[in-house]
Amino acid sequence: MSATSTEPAHTTQPAEDVILSVRDVKKHFPLQQGIVFKKTIGHVKAVDGVSFDLRRGETLGIVGESGCGKSTLGRLLMGLERTTEGSIKINGEETTGLKPSELRSMRRNIQVVLQDPYSSLDPRMTVGDIVGEPYLVHPDVVPKKERLQSTKDLLDVVGLNPDHINRYPHQFSGGQRQRIGIARALALRPDIIVCDEPVSALDVSVQAQVINLFEQLQREFNLSYVFIAHDLSVVRHISDRVGVMYLGKMVELGNEKEIYEEPTHPYTQGLLSAVPVPDPALRGHREQIVLEGDVPSPANPPSGCRFRTRCWKAQDICATEEPLLQIRDKSSHPSACHFAETKDVIHATH
Amino acid sequence: MTDTTVGSKRGSDPAALADLPWDPNAPLLEVTDLQVEFHTRDGVAQAVNGVSFDLKSGETLGILGESGCGKSVTAQAIMGILDIPPARVAAGSIKLRGVDLLQLDEKTRRHVRANKIAIIFQDALSALNPVFTVGWQLGELYRKHSGASRAQAKEKAIELLELVQVPAARERVNSFPHQFSGGMRQRVMIAMALALEPDIIIADEPTTALDVTVQAQVMKLLADLQQQQDMGLILITHDMSVVAEVVDKITVMYAGAAVERADVHQIYERPAHPYTKGLLESIPRVDMKGHELAAIKGIPPALTNLPEGCSFAPRCGFVRDRCKTDDPPLYDVPGNRQSACHYWEEVFNS
Repeated sequence: MSATSTEPAHTTQPAEDVILSVRDVKKHFPLQQGIVFKKTIGHVKAVDGVSFDLRRGETLGIVGESGCGKSTLGRLLMGLERTTEGSIKINGEETTGLKPSELRSMRRNIQVVLQDPYSSLDPRMTVGDIVGEPYLVHPDVVPKKERLQSTKDLLDVVGLNPDHINRYPHQFSGGQRQRIGIARALALRPDIIVCDEPVSALDVSVQAQVINLFEQLQREFNLSYVFIAHDLSVVRHISDRVGVMYLGKMVELGNEKEIYEEPTHPYTQGLLSAVPVPDPALRGHREQIVLEGDVPSPANPPSGCRFRTRCWKAQDICATEEPLLQIRDKSSHPSACHFAETKDVIHATH
Repeated sequence: MTDTTVGSKRGSDPAALADLPWDPNAPLLEVTDLQVEFHTRDGVAQAVNGVSFDLKSGETLGILGESGCGKSVTAQAIMGILDIPPARVAAGSIKLRGVDLLQLDEKTRRHVRANKIAIIFQDALSALNPVFTVGWQLGELYRKHSGASRAQAKEKAIELLELVQVPAARERVNSFPHQFSGGMRQRVMIAMALALEPDIIIADEPTTALDVTVQAQVMKLLADLQQQQDMGLILITHDMSVVAEVVDKITVMYAGAAVERADVHQIYERPAHPYTKGLLESIPRVDMKGHELAAIKGIPPALTNLPEGCSFAPRCGFVRDRCKTDDPPLYDVPGNRQSACHYWEEVFNS
């Protein structure tokens, strides 16, 4: 079986459909000591060898607990952080190691929607300025005369009143602000939008509106999403494929059904069994896998399999040999566990 | 009531509590027609507008609602920790075993807190004091409320940390809050609430800031301890899934008012208020891949400017002319439940 750096072989999609290709990407943040003479005493391995492909019109969900590196991964994709190692290709073009000016033109194709609609919009800019600002950076996208109309159209597309173009962010509710952020991301007609926890700050009733908007825009503009979130229910709803991250590594990758109905990695199973289901009739009828302890420090991850310190299946081999993300006998999709085996944890078992 | 304890700085006087006319046959907690208003620059905000519920020993009540619906203000009113002014309890009663807490003076109220009712907040890091050790903060309860010495208080603090399953409690007792992980901090908050063996614990979004696996651990701990000590638990949350897993009965709040009250099984099976129904239809579930979410349109009204008639009318799918003028009372619904909707039968049978 091949190493982590190849995309699973069971995928049937033609290669030209791949719009974003990530290979063995690493981001190590140096840990420094000293004030004047800084010396590096170690590295926080926030992202440590992640590979996946994203196809046109597809949503890839990235889940994991806080500190697993999912947001850093998003920043790497955006070119907001420089990769330590590895390759990120958008439409076949390498994006790591670009000069700032080249990075800028690369970002036309990949835009971001952030979590907090309160802090990601400049309070002193009008909505029109915020949504139209990408046109100042990329003047060739829309001619000057048409920019105002184009901005109004964008507001209309995301369900805001185009007449509110001169209002300020504080005059909008949380859900509406998130729509402004989405309109800004759409301005340059990107192929890919990286969504980093885009609905977790919103109230339940508003969350559904924004999720529906994401889906509607995807159909309309044939967008590809990298949807980073900690809420496994939301990710299942919106994703075609899902990657599960733990301590900087992708531990399981598969389509939505494979990850949720047939998870094979113990971490995925533990994570899924902990998700509450809005149905009191199922109470006590689902298997509860309680993961002991906390996530270890990414500056000093355990040897071998990083999950072994919390895993109930751990054997000697787990401490010495790092399991690769690959298809195994009892796993139809890539899973980074020596003992990968399907187990249904989200449905009632007894 | 006068403070009679000698040698205590701020007066620990359990005798003051013993003198109150407790009625062991009265309900543990009975909140009747509670109204809390806030005086703001924009006018008077009706944060809580006639909320009633009761709670028995060993029972768990869920108060469900979105931000700004008045659920946290209700909790603060019960605890007696509202900021007065701008807040004001305009009407209603909060009876603990027959004693109306709103009629007590501040000194007696202080004894009720911690001894009778305790609260767990969402954000443990800001609820704990960063410059004192965890042990000192836990011991403070014993020093202030039961006159324990420093050494005794520390021993008690260790016992508490063991009770909430903090590993290596004897060493961790001297740690500062920032040295604890999020889940461990929330355990410390639970320990603090349990310290003086209260009759009621109010948990205000206790797991919202936690990762899903830690959330499961903390909720399990809370439920176990509640059963052991036969306490009443009020769980305040916006999360319909968490509520479904733990509570016995639910009060759904919207724009300051209770819109539906029912047993947990009934409400999920057959909601009798359009808002509850809308919430249930708008959340994605981890155990099934749904279709498009049925989002509730619009946003909650401003509390300073509630619409005439039913507050939910502008967002409601069942709305009629009558809803825009008549504020619906809580109608009785078969199955010992209530719904504040003129057309609950229609919702019930839809």
